[in-house]
Amino acid sequence: MAEFTLPKNSKVEKGKHYTAPASATNVRSFKIYRWSPDDDKNPHTDTYDVDMDDCGPMVLDALIKIKNEIDPTLTFRRSCREGICGSCAMNIDGTNTLACTKGVDECKGDVPIYPLPHMSVIKDLVPDMTHFYAQYASVEPWLKTKTPVSLAAERLQSKEDREKLDGLYECILCACCSTSCPSYWWNSDKYLGPAILLQSYRWLADSRDEATGERLDSLEDPFKLYRCHTIMNCTNACPKGLNPGKAISEIKKMIAERSL
Amino acid sequence: MKFRSPLSQATGLGSAKHGFSHWWWQRVTAIALIPMGLWFVISVLCLAGGTHAQAQTWLSSPINATIVLLFTLTALFHAQTGLQVVIEDYVPTKWINLVLLLGTKFAAVIMAVLAVIAVLKVSVGG
Repeated sequence: MAEFTLPKNSKVEKGKHYTAPASATNVRSFKIYRWSPDDDKNPHTDTYDVDMDDCGPMVLDALIKIKNEIDPTLTFRRSCREGICGSCAMNIDGTNTLACTKGVDECKGDVPIYPLPHMSVIKDLVPDMTHFYAQYASVEPWLKTKTPVSLAAERLQSKEDREKLDGLYECILCACCSTSCPSYWWNSDKYLGPAILLQSYRWLADSRDEATGERLDSLEDPFKLYRCHTIMNCTNACPKGLNPGKAISEIKKMIAERSL
Repeated sequence: MKFRSPLSQATGLGSAKHGFSHWWWQRVTAIALIPMGLWFVISVLCLAGGTHAQAQTWLSSPINATIVLLFTLTALFHAQTGLQVVIEDYVPTKWINLVLLLGTKFAAVIMAVLAVIAVLKVSVGG
């Protein structure tokens, strides 16, 4: 059966509490998941009290402040700090989102921060993305053509056809959607998940691509595609406001169109 | 130690090249069950206060018997496709998965045959 409880050595325990300086008046608490492969301890949540008068407004600002000033062992990914790289995807206040675009003031009370759900943890807030990226590679996310075009020419596309890629090309592969999807939790070994299916549809929707049939062939599978039961957690989670649920429906429609 | 590359693991055995027809018929039967289900519930409510003979007369009409059978068979097919999804979602152990999938399919077929014989017996045999 699917595992619904955590094994004994994965039970999350209460960790340390780092208090803010006594002079701080505007204090927020961050309860952060900690786990290290280098000791035999269970995962635990450390609480960090941060003086928000001396901190930027976003959750990522608080994380960076904690790492710089309170606890340098706290580990997380970040890069662009403006919602375009997808590195700082994590579960904040119960929702998968990007730490850099989530304001601390959007969260009420203590702010719980966990790694993306149902992924292997490398350390603290850093999940192992290897399989997710391999699944992305498996849909061959590049333009495939057979018609030769001379080096001097371009592959033309009408404005209308280009607009069909809007809402798809913006995906930054942060995995917030896939890791919010129960189908992906239970069957990610075979189910591609919303992020990869949206990326796949980005190439199915491209008027210049000449491999549509082969792409649909490799998606038509009870697990790769049809594990999607339109739960729509993906669309709720997407920090870029995209709609992976709709993209998956469009793939199902394309398969219906060629089958009926 | 696994020496298979991540891509090889993600690709696995490739696509089964089916899945559409299951998805399609689950939806078609769902829609078909709405009018048939309503008709069935209303019919049963109308017959509820009556005698056994009245119910028998009602079922001896070819139209009533046909719709009752269609409703039962469609419901069994739909239930079986739905259970298949639940089993595929939640039972990763291959042999248990197969036993359950075959079990629900056989159960549906047995119930379908039983339903046909039962309805025909009442409808024709009296």
